[in-house]
Amino acid sequence: MYKALADAIKDAERDKKSLAQVALAAESRDQGRPVEDIRAALQRALDVMRSAIEKGLVGDLYSASGLVGGDAAKLRTSAKGPLAQTPFRDILTRALAVQEVNAAMGVIVAAPTAGGAGVLPAILTGLAKAKSVSDEKVVDGLATAGLIGAVVAERASLSGAEGGCQAETGAAAGMAAGAATEMLGGTPSQVGHAVALTMQGTLGLVCDPLGGLVELPCVFRNATGAAIALAGIEMALAGITFAIPVDEVIDVMGEIGREMDVRYRETAGGGLAATPTGRRLAKERLYQIKRADG
Amino acid sequence: MVGPSSSHTAGACRLGLLARGLIGGTPQSGLLQLHGSFARTGEGHGTDKALVGGLLGFRPDDERIREALQIAEREGLDYKFEKVTIADAAHPNTVRINVELDGRKATMLGSSLGAGRIMVQEIDGYPVEVTGNLHTIVLVAEDRKGSITKITGILAEHDINIATLRLSRKERGGDAFMMIECDEEPDKKAGEELRALDWVRWTRRLPKVSGG
Repeated sequence: MYKALADAIKDAERDKKSLAQVALAAESRDQGRPVEDIRAALQRALDVMRSAIEKGLVGDLYSASGLVGGDAAKLRTSAKGPLAQTPFRDILTRALAVQEVNAAMGVIVAAPTAGGAGVLPAILTGLAKAKSVSDEKVVDGLATAGLIGAVVAERASLSGAEGGCQAETGAAAGMAAGAATEMLGGTPSQVGHAVALTMQGTLGLVCDPLGGLVELPCVFRNATGAAIALAGIEMALAGITFAIPVDEVIDVMGEIGREMDVRYRETAGGGLAATPTGRRLAKERLYQIKRADG
Repeated sequence: MVGPSSSHTAGACRLGLLARGLIGGTPQSGLLQLHGSFARTGEGHGTDKALVGGLLGFRPDDERIREALQIAEREGLDYKFEKVTIADAAHPNTVRINVELDGRKATMLGSSLGAGRIMVQEIDGYPVEVTGNLHTIVLVAEDRKGSITKITGILAEHDINIATLRLSRKERGGDAFMMIECDEEPDKKAGEELRALDWVRWTRRLPKVSGG
């Protein structure tokens, strides 16, 4: 797989291919499996993503601690708010839905991780529905997202414990923005700008979940992550470019992660987790989980 | 995968699957020593369920992980968790797993690196670097001429293709350490043939636990 998005973009432009095609060819070489096998695996992932969204939209799932749940259904049915009945609202709803399933130990696709698993399916399936995009194109999108995720894993990190939330929902938003930009007709170079424009907006984001659980703020951060990705997609497709090359944006995400204090890396020692209310809620709810498990 | 955390559930489940692979089935007893973030936030993340689920042979997308602790009791897997500090653990999500089945024992030290990726650093006290992305054989042998030819010959006879091979030793004439990643799963017989070589001190087979 590629170690720099710039190299993949160069290859795609030279061969007049999409980044999805370039990514599938590289993955096929690495795994020694035909491209069709990989596409079939991505289609299965897409099916799991869709079924997680469906389950989450019902609104009857709650996490073990009870801290999160039922909010996707609220957003689905509310008539209030400036985005009611827009694809934007639908995407935010889908992001919450996947994360509520995740917090309830349901089946999801880690994309790239479980904590950031809502953003990519929300963006891809939401935009596919709004713009009548075929499953084949959505599978292409997953391949492009995989390429971006692999580069982020190589150059920076995909772990909140290592790099904060910028490495989880931030990376997820970058993957989703790049994938959707290509899915909606953007060029390989626009994909690069979409990733850069999105990830510049999540730089420095800390991982500060209450009690260290992937619940609060993770569920909501997937919705806000999706919103940032939509901003990146919108700007890139309009032809806006970001002056700092995408690989350098990814590198600096890694650098910030390495310098981030351990309190802000999933340990519940800082950020929202360490607020007076955060500490109190975590203490109460963790006690509740222990009792429930007997 | 089953939520809520790729490090704490998918990665933990894969580490459990590898430990199960070391003894070739569901262990009768398992001592799981949790370090760092695994110890601090493991329960809320379902790390305990995922590790035990892996020992039971559940893959990361198996919904039975949620009930793994109850299933373990029904299936006679006597598990125990301990919170420990492992001095040289490089990663916050680290566990040492001690398993036993019919007198066969194994100990494994591994970490969950994020996005479900794992790294096993130590098996039975021997330093290794196993990712679980491919079927893996680890082996310690006397440092002698022709050992690689003999080992690769046995694998070829079993129709196993070698993907990567790493060889290292501490000193000339000392123990040589080999790690062989294979495209096909080495069967029990291949493992026994390797173990039967009188200059092989120790060998283990680990299954592929990630990828589609």
